[in-house]
Amino acid sequence: MISARSRGLMAAKMLMKGTAARMGVMKRVSLVFKAKANKALDKMEDPRETLDYSYQRQLELLTKVRRGVADVATSRKRVELQMNQLQQQSNKLEDQARKALGMGREDLARGALERKASAQGQLNDLQVQYAQLQGEEEKLTVASQRLQAKVDAFRTRKETIKATYTAAEAQTRINEAFTGISEEMGDVGMAIQRAEDKTAQMQARAGAIDELMASGALDDAVGGQRDDIQSELDMMSASSDVENELSRLKGEITAAAPKQLEGGANGNSQGAQAPQAGTQAPQGQAQPASIPAADRPAEPQDGEG
Amino acid sequence: MIVRISGEGQFSIDDAATAELNRLDSELEAAVNRNDEAAFTAALHGLLDQVRAHGSALAADTLEPSDLILPPEDASMDEVREMLTEEGLIPG
Repeated sequence: MISARSRGLMAAKMLMKGTAARMGVMKRVSLVFKAKANKALDKMEDPRETLDYSYQRQLELLTKVRRGVADVATSRKRVELQMNQLQQQSNKLEDQARKALGMGREDLARGALERKASAQGQLNDLQVQYAQLQGEEEKLTVASQRLQAKVDAFRTRKETIKATYTAAEAQTRINEAFTGISEEMGDVGMAIQRAEDKTAQMQARAGAIDELMASGALDDAVGGQRDDIQSELDMMSASSDVENELSRLKGEITAAAPKQLEGGANGNSQGAQAPQAGTQAPQGQAQPASIPAADRPAEPQDGEG
Repeated sequence: MIVRISGEGQFSIDDAATAELNRLDSELEAAVNRNDEAAFTAALHGLLDQVRAHGSALAADTLEPSDLILPPEDASMDEVREMLTEEGLIPG
């Protein structure tokens, strides 16, 4: 019978040789796994005690991998939230650009589109990372199910061995089960480590995007510090709404009988007193000078809040 | 023969398929040795596809150790180098 210790040494020696002689990656990786299992086997006095100890570690690892799944899911949800925010931002900016263009302000439209491009760039990056996190989450979920199945099988085997065999006999019986479960544990441990690394990268990235959004660099302006585009648009659209009303009314006057002017004007106008309503003059905006400014009910320019 | 794809599970694979596995494995190792990430990725994916195509997945509750272990699909060359050292990626 080969003792646990000499098995461990053998694996270690093969590993060293493998590095020198060409043994292939697959064999060398499996030897690393075996060397680790053997090191653990070497430590035990009565192998049956090790079964219990190993089982405890398996249960701990199960808890850890489940927590890993939850952590990745949390990160994924955070990314999802950010993606939604960026998408909204991007939509608003495009909307603003459209409005600005409609008012002949290409400069404002350009500014809005530049911010949109920045938001869109962040969004594209996040989509890639989101998919990665989703992949990690699925992998860990499957890994935890597989580990659970193996832990259950190990517990059964362990009880049989403890009940049936002497310490000496147990050692050989244990070897395979122990090496098999160690390999799984090593693999799951590595999967958790990789998922944690990716999640940490993701967290750092999410933090950076939060900061970017808080800085207002991607802001559509409403609620942000940099509300130049929106406020200018607001002023302009306030005046252009009036312009539109005016031309609509003018059209009605031309089309309808001159005497029914009043009724037509009040029917579906947005401004309460459309014909009389004027505009707060925005700096430098062209507007009919003949119409006096009046208190026009403030209208929300769009649905954002 | 039992082959594990790290992060994916264990496969039972017919000995007839091992010649091709060994060929791809040599390519993989050569790529690692000459630091060729593109060749590394190609060889790794070739290996994994070969195992998936010719292997049948072992039941989740098996306790059998694997004869060969392959790096995960998205492993980088640096990660594989680390896997080849005892202090490397594999915990325990």
